Amino acid sequence: MSPSLHHLLRILWLTLCCAFGSAHAAPSAETLARLAADDSDTRIAAIAELGAEGSAQSVALLDALADEALALTGDGRLVILTDTGALDAASGSAIAPYPDDAEPLMVNNRVRNALQSAKAATNIRATDRATRLAAAQLLRDSAGEALMPILEPALDAEPDKEIRAILALAVARVNLASAEPAKRIRAAELLGDSSDASVKAMLAALLDKDGNGQFAEPDAEVRAAAKASILAIERRLAIADLASTAFTGLSLGSILLLAALGLAITYGVMGVINMAHGELLMVGAYATYVVQGLFRTHLPGYIDSYVLAAVPVAFLTAAAVGMLMERTVIRWLYGRPLETLLATWGLSLVLIQTARVIFGPQNVEVANPSWMSGGVSSFADIVLPWNRLVIIGFAIFVLLLVWLMMQKTRLGMFVRAVTQNRAMAGCVGVPTARIDTLAFGIGAGIAGLGGCALSQVANVGPAMGQGYIVDSFMVVVLGGVGQLAGAVTAAMGLGLMTKILEGWAGAVVAKILVLVFIIIFIQKRPQGLFALKGRFVED
Amino acid sequence: MRTPLTVRLFQSLPRTAWLALAIFAAIAWIAIPAAHLLLPESSALHVSAYTVTLMGKILCYAVVAVAMDLIWGYAGILSLGHGVFFALGGYAFGMYLMRQIGTDGSYGVMLPDFMVFLDWKELPWFWIGSDSFLWALFLVVAVPGLLAFVFGWFAFRSRIKGVYFSIITQALTYATMLLFFRNETGFGGNNGFTDFKRILGYDITSPQMRLVLFGLSAALLIAVLILGRYLVTSKFGRVLAAIRDAESRVRFIGYQPTQYKLAMWTLSAVLCALAGALYVPQVGIINPSEMSPANSIEIAVWVAVGGRGTLIGGVIGAFIVNLAKSFFTVSFPDYWLFFLGFLFIGVTLFLPDGVVGLWRKLRARRPAAPAPTGTAPAVATEQPAADTPPPAASTQGARA
Repeated sequence: MSPSLHHLLRILWLTLCCAFGSAHAAPSAETLARLAADDSDTRIAAIAELGAEGSAQSVALLDALADEALALTGDGRLVILTDTGALDAASGSAIAPYPDDAEPLMVNNRVRNALQSAKAATNIRATDRATRLAAAQLLRDSAGEALMPILEPALDAEPDKEIRAILALAVARVNLASAEPAKRIRAAELLGDSSDASVKAMLAALLDKDGNGQFAEPDAEVRAAAKASILAIERRLAIADLASTAFTGLSLGSILLLAALGLAITYGVMGVINMAHGELLMVGAYATYVVQGLFRTHLPGYIDSYVLAAVPVAFLTAAAVGMLMERTVIRWLYGRPLETLLATWGLSLVLIQTARVIFGPQNVEVANPSWMSGGVSSFADIVLPWNRLVIIGFAIFVLLLVWLMMQKTRLGMFVRAVTQNRAMAGCVGVPTARIDTLAFGIGAGIAGLGGCALSQVANVGPAMGQGYIVDSFMVVVLGGVGQLAGAVTAAMGLGLMTKILEGWAGAVVAKILVLVFIIIFIQKRPQGLFALKGRFVED
Repeated sequence: MRTPLTVRLFQSLPRTAWLALAIFAAIAWIAIPAAHLLLPESSALHVSAYTVTLMGKILCYAVVAVAMDLIWGYAGILSLGHGVFFALGGYAFGMYLMRQIGTDGSYGVMLPDFMVFLDWKELPWFWIGSDSFLWALFLVVAVPGLLAFVFGWFAFRSRIKGVYFSIITQALTYATMLLFFRNETGFGGNNGFTDFKRILGYDITSPQMRLVLFGLSAALLIAVLILGRYLVTSKFGRVLAAIRDAESRVRFIGYQPTQYKLAMWTLSAVLCALAGALYVPQVGIINPSEMSPANSIEIAVWVAVGGRGTLIGGVIGAFIVNLAKSFFTVSFPDYWLFFLGFLFIGVTLFLPDGVVGLWRKLRARRPAAPAPTGTAPAVATEQPAADTPPPAASTQGARA
């Protein structure tokens, strides 16, 4: 909101207040005088009083002070300066003539903080839940003793459970500084319900000793209560940490799974590592971007559902690119896996450069639809982002789809047959060449789906796929070729392992450790976790 | 009675090859230095500093390509990690070059600049001795050699081969690159080593030093070609080729493929490292991007373009691709990746034996020419027509 509009609204509002008489008591002249005092402590006390009182006129005063629109005239009167004139601070009525000698009151940081919590104290009575929540959070971190008269009634009146918990913390926090030991003990116990690291630090500060060996908290009972609460918080934080690691691990695992499922099919059928697999992810992500653009220009009303439309588009685009690749290049290289590796790497370079030429070298912006932004908060302040949850669900959906296709359709049966024994499948009449193309198309299409999902959580750019080829290959190797269960186990295991190691040793070291682990793992089980049963002749 | 080694070495190359090497040596050691130092810059025959450095760089690449050909063309092992050995050799020698800067760095202290920047007080333990030239040479050989030996021992022992092995080497490359990108690893992080001043006390930017490095690169290439030819014509090389074509059968006869592969693999890595050590003082910088997986896989395409299993093919391929790269990145930077991508596709589809294979095929059309030996393994699909255009023109990755 522009400042002038802001001021205009305030004037309107003040006029209304004046017109309908004084429903709220106006702040006393004495409080006003203190508001203009030189001493910050005096001013902060006055601000707190205004906040606790909470009348419309007080709110207007606080807002004016925050905007540095509250001014002191030469004859010692407080006025609110607006664009159009000046208002008397005590009554809100307009003043004529305009006081030219009015000097705006300065606001330093301490005063500004006090203003914020005073504002929060007035907001805590708002009807809108979000406003109250924000106010409660601010009060939890900043409320001082002066706001107690407003905190406790607000706590009693609060209908919302979440806000109540926050307010209870705020009260406890203020009480922790109280002069009565009983109140402090109660507060220390109450704070044990928190799962906030800053609360823990606050409690720990009580146990500190000063230079003379005296505890910051003189009362032993309070210290004991604080100690118990710290333990409780630590336990809760540890669980929360574990839970959030598990969640991010699952989320990474589902992305790996989406990236690797397609590769598992193409590698299983053709024994060919498609080095351009990462670029098929990129194709899917760019397809999503294009669909988003089309929705923006043609169907702005349905922009939130563009992702749903992007899913089939991403699948079909990537599948088409994949089938084209198979028909034009890969088909001619059967029996020469190392050359195929090089040729598909060449394809990936061409695809990257094509994306660069069409969409530019920079990352493009793919926005989450509104229903995917934000998150679900669960216990202990962990927020599970919706986009991650949706991707986990999407991975399950794709997995189900692939399972159905591979196990329940004729095409899937052919694909499995070719995976197990190409020559024999050909002998009994499976059109292996056509199956190759179709299987490659399906694998590529699934990569496109992965790219569509990836566009919701990662950057979309020409080189986005490069990092995924090694990762997806690891999943396939670890899980065993042509095994859905193996791919799932491997993806989730790698995701969790990466995240746990990341928390312990940092992202780069974690990546290196995972790679080393896989190299060692292949030593022991070259066929992967879940090997196809049967007899094979090598060479 | 065995033939003495020198004689066998001499016999391993045909006379024309010795002649070609002699001409090459004369150009590299006499003609180019003379053209660079003696002729005035206005002369049409003057060789500029840029050209000397570019050629020296490509000679190092050619050594890498020959090393790659030894392991890919003759042992059938496609490594996507040779860039790591190359860069490790470069880093090992770069440590020495960093120490030679002495107090001439930005901060005027004995510590390398990046360590001062990280607020380190003394050299980490693995930098001990790095001010000695001989120790640096030892590290150039030992570190990549040891890494290759340990990695290869694990991989070959459990019979990892083919595509699996390739991808694992790529994972190794990726992991090493990430490791070197970290500042805490102690090798300058993102920026790597640069701003070198001198080698053995001599100014690194002087024309004489440039020519010495260039001449050494040429000497290394000649030595590697002779050694490579000797190895592949020896019994050792024949067993390797047999392993490439039918590993199980070789094992059943009673050979242990692991040892043969491991020996060639480690040798190949050490040759790469030597090339890297010569490369760094010539280009004046080494940083982790040298280890990117893309760089390593590009080495494979040099060999593929030149022709696998020919040794000289690697040299030809390295020159063709890198000259093309110099040309494209200056003139058409947007099309370089297209060119490289289609080169990968075109060469694998239409030129399975590379430029050398094409030339041999053209010669074989004339009646008297002898059949070529030591070509790449037979391929399952039909051979492409012999009159396919050279790789630079085959930008259509379509049907054979």
